[in-house]
Amino acid sequence: MNGFDWNAVRESLPDLLNGFRITLLATVLGTLVAAVLGLAVAVAQRAPSRFVTVPVRAVMEFVRSTPLLVQLVGAAALFSSVEPLYIGIAVLGVHYAAYTSEVYRAGIDGVPKGQWEACRALSLSPRRTWQAVILPQAVRNVLPALGNYAISMFKETPFLAVITVQEMVFEARKYGADHFAYTEVFTLAGLIFLVASYPTSLLMRKLEKRLGH
Amino acid sequence: MSDFFSLLVEEFPQIRSGLWVTLQATALGALLALVLAFALGLAAGSRLLLVRGVSRVVVEFFRGTSLYIQLFWLYYAMPLVTGYELTPVICGVVAFGLNFGAYGAEVVRGAVNSVPRAQYEAAIALNLSPFRRLWKVILPQAWVQMIPSFTNLLIQLLKATPLLWLISAADLMTVIQTLRDRTGETLTAYLTLLAAYFVLAYALTMLMNLLERSAKRRLGLETGATSLFKSRSTSTATVGGAR
Repeated sequence: MNGFDWNAVRESLPDLLNGFRITLLATVLGTLVAAVLGLAVAVAQRAPSRFVTVPVRAVMEFVRSTPLLVQLVGAAALFSSVEPLYIGIAVLGVHYAAYTSEVYRAGIDGVPKGQWEACRALSLSPRRTWQAVILPQAVRNVLPALGNYAISMFKETPFLAVITVQEMVFEARKYGADHFAYTEVFTLAGLIFLVASYPTSLLMRKLEKRLGH
Repeated sequence: MSDFFSLLVEEFPQIRSGLWVTLQATALGALLALVLAFALGLAAGSRLLLVRGVSRVVVEFFRGTSLYIQLFWLYYAMPLVTGYELTPVICGVVAFGLNFGAYGAEVVRGAVNSVPRAQYEAAIALNLSPFRRLWKVILPQAWVQMIPSFTNLLIQLLKATPLLWLISAADLMTVIQTLRDRTGETLTAYLTLLAAYFVLAYALTMLMNLLERSAKRRLGLETGATSLFKSRSTSTATVGGAR
């Protein structure tokens, strides 16, 4: 039994904030990968050939239904020579792309059929069709959903500590082990997550309302 | 047959016990989450500001502080604060229950709110007591709406169970990793592990589809047998959002 040591909080805060920079970096880059890759997957799923659509869907279903931690640890064990942070960003990005692709797909499916037909009537190339007509209409409403997945990803970054990425929780565990101050560091880390994610999720809810969901 | 698979067959009892730990944590965590989801979700619709406020605070707290931290707090910090130690699996169950219960509360709240206003009014006109109104009229209709979102949360919970490995509970991931260490077949080991979780996820999804079908039947909505094999909806239209 020991009480709550405010000294440990003060002392560990710089370490945690240092790690928090890596946490944010992983979240931002991971979200970027998920946003771009998810779009590519969603477009690939509209391909005319079944040889493209069926395997893509199967792979995404597999990625979505299996644990992120196993994917991370497995990837780190297979590519032990690669910088763990890069592995972490790649795995987070691919894992969440399986989710964001569904968001994009819903957005693309929401574009009226007449738009496609009009593009054909104007004999626009497939590329122009996507770029100038379909995507601008499809992507407008996906922002809140992408934001929500970014928040989810943010809260899952502690997994990166397992593959030795020195993000916030890695630092928290290190300080906790060195000074036997687990209570203080984990409480602090939890609060930092809360303070960062709650306003963001409120913002997303506002955005959802604005876009009229 | 590779060394890994022959070892897998040899060590079958160990695998079975790891699988059992994973399933136990999933089932018990889900049960706790379900109870909390209804308690917090119904409290969110209370007329008393205090009850609503408490529910809101609890939900946002457990949604916002990261499951990983909650689990570690229970495992590492709680014994220091309270002098009370939980077994690793119980730690997992409590953390999963609290975290997913908070997400589930949003689902319950959204589904109850989506039941048409006229249903409430009809129940009041028929002079049903508040309890019967909820139990006989509102919940059966809201329940059907909740199931797809609950399915998503259940799979998320299953996907969170490998965290048990980090707090030294011998779950499926722990067991398969020991086999990997003994054979050095990294790729085979992790693919097997992923495949195992995929099969479990699919089985749980089908179970939930069965539940959805029976709930719909009770409302007189018939669904064909094909609905049992549909994969999870990840559309953002599910009540309470996906995560």
